[in-house]
Amino acid sequence: MDVIETDIAIVGAGGAGLRAAIAAAEADPSLSVTLLSKVYPMRSHTVAAEGGAAGVAKAEDSLDHHFNDTVSGGDWLCDQDAVDFFVAQAPKELIRTEHWGCPWSRTPDGKVAVRPFGGMKIERTWYAADKTGFHLLHTLFQTSMKYPSVKRLDEVYTTDLLIEDGRIAGVLAHEIRSGKPMVILARSVIICTGGAGRVFPFTTNGAIKTGDGMAMAFRAGVPLKDMEFVQYHPTGLPGTGILISEAARGEGGILVNKDGYRYLQDYGMGPPDPWPRKKAMELGPRDRLSQAFWQEQQKGRCIDSKWGDVMHLDLRHLGEAKIAERLPFIRDLALSYVGVDVVNAPIPVRPVVHYTMGGIHTDITAGTPVPGLYAAGECACVSINGANRLGSNSLTELLVFGAVAGRNAAAHARGVPMPSHTNALAQADGHRKRVVALLERSKGTESVVGLRTALNDTMETGCGIYRTEDSLRATVETLAVLKTRFANVAIDDKSGVYNTDLTGAIELGNMIEIGETMALSALQRTESRGSHQRLDHPARDDAAFLKHSMAHRVEGEAPRVEYRDVVITRSQPAERVYGGEAK
Amino acid sequence: MSDTTTFTLEVLRYNPESDDVPHAESFSVPYQEDWVVLDALNWVKDNVDGSLTFRWSCHMAVCGSCGMMVNNEPVLSCKAFLRDYLKDGKGTITVGALKNFPVEKDLVIVMDSFMEKLEAVKPWIIRTTEKPVEEGTFIQLPKQLKRFKHHTSCINCLLCYAACPQVGLNPGFIGPAALALAHRYNLDSRDQGKDLRKDVTASEYGVWECTFVSACSEVCPKDVEPAGAIQEQKIESSIDWALDHLIPGRKAR
Repeated sequence: MDVIETDIAIVGAGGAGLRAAIAAAEADPSLSVTLLSKVYPMRSHTVAAEGGAAGVAKAEDSLDHHFNDTVSGGDWLCDQDAVDFFVAQAPKELIRTEHWGCPWSRTPDGKVAVRPFGGMKIERTWYAADKTGFHLLHTLFQTSMKYPSVKRLDEVYTTDLLIEDGRIAGVLAHEIRSGKPMVILARSVIICTGGAGRVFPFTTNGAIKTGDGMAMAFRAGVPLKDMEFVQYHPTGLPGTGILISEAARGEGGILVNKDGYRYLQDYGMGPPDPWPRKKAMELGPRDRLSQAFWQEQQKGRCIDSKWGDVMHLDLRHLGEAKIAERLPFIRDLALSYVGVDVVNAPIPVRPVVHYTMGGIHTDITAGTPVPGLYAAGECACVSINGANRLGSNSLTELLVFGAVAGRNAAAHARGVPMPSHTNALAQADGHRKRVVALLERSKGTESVVGLRTALNDTMETGCGIYRTEDSLRATVETLAVLKTRFANVAIDDKSGVYNTDLTGAIELGNMIEIGETMALSALQRTESRGSHQRLDHPARDDAAFLKHSMAHRVEGEAPRVEYRDVVITRSQPAERVYGGEAK
Repeated sequence: MSDTTTFTLEVLRYNPESDDVPHAESFSVPYQEDWVVLDALNWVKDNVDGSLTFRWSCHMAVCGSCGMMVNNEPVLSCKAFLRDYLKDGKGTITVGALKNFPVEKDLVIVMDSFMEKLEAVKPWIIRTTEKPVEEGTFIQLPKQLKRFKHHTSCINCLLCYAACPQVGLNPGFIGPAALALAHRYNLDSRDQGKDLRKDVTASEYGVWECTFVSACSEVCPKDVEPAGAIQEQKIESSIDWALDHLIPGRKAR
């Protein structure tokens, strides 16, 4: 097996991975940085983020406001030391991207413009029209090219972490174009592989978002934190799940039901006027808005469309000029995929799985319990997002903690020796058997699509916007069966060259494990908080559950869920208040 | 979903381990009014042949992965609706890998050359001195942003390389997307690196290779206008050349 030695290996080259690579290269240009990704960097799903990135910019705003919005938005499950650090770093990181050329939208006097987002007291969302993630990703990717110490391995698929004496030793990967396995020996490893929205059938997430890094870390003994918290974005296009940015509401768009009624006023978000108004109505947080859709659906007040139940997101009153300037991508997407020109007609929308709040357990240093192993971005759980992420905090999070991970991984790499070849290769051989088995199994009784569909179905049925003990128990049981059935999965493509059938099967195995941590953590959290809503336990229970869930892998069994205290520094848990009473 | 009309998806396939040359293979695929060509490919991969190979991810025309030839035109397959190619859900749609690139397997092209060209134009902000973060952001007026904004929209989907006759004739040609990106940075009020990029953009593989057919701008799904960017660079390059000859010593930078 080929072996590459590097000081720092970064798995995933989206926003977090690229930011980490740049930070590591700037921290010490003498260290070698190897950036691995299963896709070319510009295909990473950061590209699909639309609305913007949060960071205090206006004189009347403050770090305290950003802190309070984030902590209450997260239903007090955020670690407050991490949030304090995050809000303080946010403006600096955003300024850096401006210096690197990100084409931020501007005010008439040439300053960076900001727009309001849901759950936000004062507007602080920096935006590049409605393609902010796209512009940030390309800016970071292009900027990364100027650092000679950063070497990319594009379309190289990492399958496993290698551990030596309890600390990180590198990764096992294979080159997709040749199928050739390779060991990357590294003093430090940073996982930046994004979320796991593809566990669900209806999601804004691209095909690549299969939670590979979470699963790798989980198998290597790192706990997955707060996996029961899955964000539904309230406005996706029916049919495809394509994201219609919160910026559409930030700019003044309204949501109405079949009676043309702004139904959010019935769910603690009103009164509807004056509008637009921060932290109220359509600018409430995502969890509350998605839950309101479900409630309306139970009452039969959704609009019946050829795609099933929808609500209408109406932007007509914004006028064509504002839509063309601020929301051109939304206009294009709605026209192309549902045949609606938003200038003349409302957009049909429904909630759609969007973001994994949980992830690889990290602390404020982006470090995991495994020395030398770091994680940043959506795959990680620091946690600044708690039980519900505020829109536009995730792009900033990948900058802030991507940079932290890069710097700390560099510092760690300077102090430890290169891991031994012998140990790493022996481990890699063991892991590689799993991959080879998929290629060699000719008489499998299960198909990738069959198991993937079963996984998607059970996650949606049992682990959706509202959950119950019965629904979750059924999903947990189904997932245990799927894990067993996965051992018999067979693929059609046996070739070495660009085998997407093989990568699809490995991704499926990862997703089944992740789905199980989500459902099991949800089953054991017998309270409702943020995005985790239990019909059988409708109240928040701080006495029992002001805690992070920590799912640990147990070989051959269901994961073991333990709990860890939330870091509370200066904001005691209180009621989340939006609408007219919001502060 | 009860519609049972089917159409023929004819895919140009190639596996370097078993094929000497690409060959067409036809699949009968159920027609769905909302489906794009990418959905049809995924249906085949899931239901007929798991070895069918293509790149895709976002399904919303922004990641740039799924460019391919559909009925011999370069398009994003996630935005190519079946209904625009078929009559009453019936007929044939042909699909092949993007032209002007070596084929890796089936619909997957080898894009190493593009990645090298992208890097060659130095697509990052170049400044003589870096601005400290403590000094805040640059002032950039909306009209200054407007000057280059459209050239920032490139998703690297490579449709323009498949459409460009010059890329076909001269594989070394830097090509539309990378030249447009160089121009984007040259026009950015924060950048001071135009002279450094000129080594590549005004070289024998640069803007002068372009014969202004404008096929690139026509197929661009994001209105990046690479053809316009290249013509503007030609004009600047000509002026530079003239000035270099009129003013002795100017060329030294």
